[in-house]
This record gives sequence, C-alpha cells and structure tokens, in this order.
Amino acid sequence: MSEFKANLDIRHRAGHIWRNIFRASTVFGILALIVLLLNIANSAFGYVAIENDINPADLAINSIPIEQLHQVDLVWILEQNVSAGLFRRLESEMPWEERAREEIYDLVVERVVNPQVVHTWPLGGSLFHRAEIQAEVAAKFPGATLEFRSWLTGDFLTTPQSPEADRAGVRTAILGSGWTIAITILFAFPLGVGAAIYLEEYASDNRLNRVIQTNINNLAGVPSIIYGMLGLAIFVRALEPFTSGAIFGAVDDTATASGRTIISAGMTLGLLILPLIIINAQEAIKAVSNSLRQASYGMGATRWQTVWHHVLPNAISGILTGTILAISRAIGETAPLVVVGASTFITFDPEGPFSKFTTLPIQIYQWTARPQAEFRNIAAAAILVLLAMLLSMNAAAVVLRNRYNRKI
Amino acid sequence: MRIERIFADKNKKRKIRVDPLNLCHPRSNHAQSKRELIMTNNNYAIEARGLNIYYDDFLAVRDVNLKIEARKITAIIGPSGCGKSTMLRAFNRMNELVPSAWAKGEVLYHGENIYAPDVDPVEVRRRIGMVFQKPNPFPKSIYENVAWGARINGYRGNMDELVEQSLRGAAIWDEVKDKLDQSGLSLSGGQQQRLCIARTIAIKPDIILMDEPASALDPIATLKIEELMHELSKEFTIIVVTHNMQQAARVSDFTAFFNLGEDRAGVLEEYDKTNKLFTNPAKQTTEDYITGRFG
Repeated sequence: MSEFKANLDIRHRAGHIWRNIFRASTVFGILALIVLLLNIANSAFGYVAIENDINPADLAINSIPIEQLHQVDLVWILEQNVSAGLFRRLESEMPWEERAREEIYDLVVERVVNPQVVHTWPLGGSLFHRAEIQAEVAAKFPGATLEFRSWLTGDFLTTPQSPEADRAGVRTAILGSGWTIAITILFAFPLGVGAAIYLEEYASDNRLNRVIQTNINNLAGVPSIIYGMLGLAIFVRALEPFTSGAIFGAVDDTATASGRTIISAGMTLGLLILPLIIINAQEAIKAVSNSLRQASYGMGATRWQTVWHHVLPNAISGILTGTILAISRAIGETAPLVVVGASTFITFDPEGPFSKFTTLPIQIYQWTARPQAEFRNIAAAAILVLLAMLLSMNAAAVVLRNRYNRKI
Repeated sequence: MRIERIFADKNKKRKIRVDPLNLCHPRSNHAQSKRELIMTNNNYAIEARGLNIYYDDFLAVRDVNLKIEARKITAIIGPSGCGKSTMLRAFNRMNELVPSAWAKGEVLYHGENIYAPDVDPVEVRRRIGMVFQKPNPFPKSIYENVAWGARINGYRGNMDELVEQSLRGAAIWDEVKDKLDQSGLSLSGGQQQRLCIARTIAIKPDIILMDEPASALDPIATLKIEELMHELSKEFTIIVVTHNMQQAARVSDFTAFFNLGEDRAGVLEEYDKTNKLFTNPAKQTTEDYITGRFG
C-alpha cells in the first residue's frame, strides 16, 4: 500500500510539472501579444510639440481671434502674409467671394500659421513623464505648444496618402486592400471549395490523387515571396493584356501600370491562399458524418444531390471559417505584393480591378522605412487600422460559424 | 404498377426506365413478356446467384445463392464478421461506397442483373431502400426528412399527403404530427429509427433492407420496430440483418444463416423457413449456432 502511495505521489508530481509548463507557454503567448499591442499604441498616441510660423494670437484683429474673424478679414490676412504670386494663383483658382469661410480659414492655418510637428513623444513617456516633457519643450522649442495627439483619427482614415506625415491618411490603402481582397475571394473561394469537393467526394484513392493531395499540403507552406515571383511571371508579364485591362479597353492614361494592377495582386494572393482554402474545406467536408452520406445514397440520391443537399450545408460553416482565416492571412501579406509591383506612393483612389494600387501592409512598410519620426507614428496608426480589419474578419468568422451551427 | 403511376408524370424517357421490370435499357416486347412470365411463375423479389464479394483481394462472402421471397421478411443471422452486412448491402449496391469493395456474380432483381454494366446504382437504391443500424435522420425538419427523398426522385404529387401517409405507415404520425417542423434529431432513438423507415417508404421502394435496425434501441422501441416490420411486410419485401436470434425467430418468415468458412470468407450455411430452421435445422453448425454454442 505504501509503495502504491509513493508511486502515486510521483505520478501526480509529473502531472503538476507538465501542467505548469503548458500554463507557462500560454502565459508567454499572451504576454507577447500584450507587449505587441502596447508597442503599437505607444507610437500611435502621445504628446507632440507643434511650432507655428506665426502665432495665431498675433493675427488677431482688434483682439478678435482668427477663429471668429469675418471672411473679408481672413482674406486680408492671407494677402498680407503670403507672396503676391501665391495669392493671385489662389484667387484665380476660385474667387474669394465664392469660397466658404471655413475654406479660407483652413488656408490661413495652412499657409500662414503653418503648424509643424517638431517633436513627438511616445505614449508611455507622455503618461508618466509629463513634467520632463514640458521642461524639454520649454528649453528646446520655446515657441512650440505641447498637445496630446491620437494619430489615428477620422481624417486619417479618409484622407489619401501625402508626402507630409501630418496630412497623410490611409484612404487609398484601405480601398486598395478592399479591392484586392475582393478579387482574391472571387478567385480563390470557388476554385478552392470546388477542388476540395472534388478531392473529397469524387476523386478515387489512386496514386495520382495522392500525389496531388501531398502537393497541395506542401504548397500551403511555400514562402509567400515565391507566390510573388509566380504572380510577376504569370499575371504581370505573361497575361499583361488581360491584367492591364488592355483587352477590355480599360487602360487609364495616368497609368504606366501595365500588368501591375489590382487584379494581378488579387489573383496572386488568391493563388497564395488557395491551398489553405482547399485544405480547410477538405477538413470541413471530411467532418460531415458518413452515415449522412449513406442515408442520402440509400434514398437513391445521386452523388451531386448528396453533396449539394447534405455534405455542403453541413460543411459550410467550417468552409467559411477556414476561408475567412485564409483571407485574413492574405490581407496582411506584403512580400508578394512588393514583387507584383504595388505602388508605394499613390494619392488617387483605385477605380477598378485595372488600377494601380497600394495596400495597407505596403503603406505601413513604406512609412516605417522613412527617416522622419512622425511617419513611424502614422505607421503605428495604420497598423491599428489593419488589426481592426483583421479582428473584424475573424469576428465575422465566429458569427458565421455560430449562425450555421444553430440552424438545426 | 403503383410505382409507375406515382412517377409517371416524369418525362417520357424516365417513365420507361422506372418500370421495375426494366432496370436496364428498354428491351423488345418479347423480352418484356418473358420477364413478366418469370414474375408470375415465381414469387421472388430478388435473387443472388453465385455472388462473391471482395474487399480488394480479401474474399468477404463466397458463392452465395439466395432467393428472397416477395412480401416476406427474411432474416440474415450469423456470427460477427461473417459478411451479413456485406451481403445485405450487395442487394442495393451500397457496398460500392467503400472504394475497395467489388462483386462477382449476379443479383437478379425481377430477372435483371443489378450488377450489369449499364445499370445505374442510383436507380437500384431507389427501388431497394435501406434502413441503417444507427438511426441517421437528416439534420432537417421531420417533414423535410420524409419529403426530401421523394422530391429528389422527382415526385410531384401532393407532398403533405405523402408525408402523412409515410409517417402513418411507419407508425410515428401520432407522435410527430404537431411538430413536423422540428429537427429530426430532436426525436428519441426509436422515433428517429421509425422516421428513417418513414422516409424510406416515402420513395415507395420494392424492397427494404434493414441492417440491425433495432440494435441501438431499448426493448420497448425494439418491439415497436418489430411490430412495424410485420405491418410493412404486407406491402414490402424486407431483408433484415440481426444479431439477435430471438428477434429473427419473432419477426421473420425466412432465415438465412451465414457462417465463416475455413478461409474467413462468409458462406451461406443454411436457408429455410424460419420455423424449420429454428426447430429442425438441417446442419449441425446451424443448430450449434442457434443454441448458442458459438458466435
């Protein structure tokens, strides 16, 4: 008996050790995630020191601040403070009388006050070392004002790319990502699900099909840059008349885009996630109970009727979940798009599948490579946008799964 | 025939093909009358002739010759692994769903070999329905469970009527008539099995194959299924595989006893009227088995 007891203690101890190891790995993962998020938030928010060419208070007329000045006075301020050439050019673009007061006010702020971010501080410092920052501003930037800024704003989402970090936004990149992913889904979802149905329900278990299956599994692990090379060779070069839209007569004259268009990028990403979609869909189809297939065949159903009425409805939530997770991966891909030729600087919205494009990851990549500190701040803000897009797609996957699971 | 009338409103070509005498391509009138002669002369619903069933190169069932009487219940009994289920599934080509399975020999259904190359297994399974060991209703409503099979087979009559008639036929109407829109999976095991029988008779088969239909059920549900089988045998030919010898003795008119041969292949040891086989078997092995000395 005592021997059994001693033995039992050892068994329990081994169990405890393993449990702690597993718990530690979970905790480590969560910590890594938290550090990542804090790191991004650290750059996306924080104090900025802003220096103006002219203090707005000095522009006040009869001690009325410029915010409350009349349109005519604002025009007068402009005339006094900008070069005569610029003033005439602005007037010839649109006469002053026809412009709204807000527009003229914005011009005054932009051209006369001209606020510039001269220094930025991360969120951590802004929260915990406020006094030091204020002292630093007073010492180094005597004319500057200190304000707390969120780099992620509504304007940031709706303004296009700009060479100045202060005015740059992610509108072009969000639209580019949206278009690209739409093409990716249209291309990869039907192909992937079709292939999965064929492999699971129709293909016989012979050597050729086993080779195909193994290769699909291997393709899922091929580095994405290689898909980029493939996309460059096939979609950008070989299929250029198609991917540039030339055969549809849809070439826009601004573009030297040639084949480096949204449709090339979408199809490249489609190829990239095709193996993932196939494998996920196959797993979902395999999970449909065989007794259901037998019941269906036993009723005199054809193979297609069995697949359409029983296998697919029962596999669809798994297929959709797998597809959405694959698409989440495609949204975050950068390397293949660099190879396929995403534009790094583009200020106009994509108009269709044959436009030049940029995407969020490309934009982030490009901003982080800039030397100015503010670009790192807007890169962090763009990362938050990208994360929000990914999280909402994953949430959609969960909702879809629950919804189809509840249906009987 | 009845079946033909129900499916008569399908297209013309199909109408010829649904004639139970004519599973293959339409033949001459002469051949037709010859087969009718066979029909009237004997009362067999289906017949295995020299049937061997293999899984790859493993012989599972050897050289079976078996004539199943129409509108009777035939039980297939035997020890585990002797190929009872394999034999049953050979009658409607369900074995083909296992990729490695293949058959040699003939299964004659109204004089027509269902293994002939030009016979479509889909057609065969429409005529020869199947009820499985584990109740497997579709994850759809009770109504849809019954209606689906008829619909995909092209039934265009009054569906509500067919559903009610089939559920009554399976003795489950009174229990489900107020909840036809509920999931078939919400029923108890015995009810699910009767629902599966209802959906099978909804497509008006000739023969119903039952693979241990009560083995997953409690004794009361089992009794209901057995009573139901009796009712159904007035209209359908039933072949039932069972592990339970009392059940075979209770419900069946004929019993086929399968045994393992020396090379692990199943063989038909004895086939006779149930009364005779259980009281006065011709072979010693049969007696040993039914008295519980092995198996």
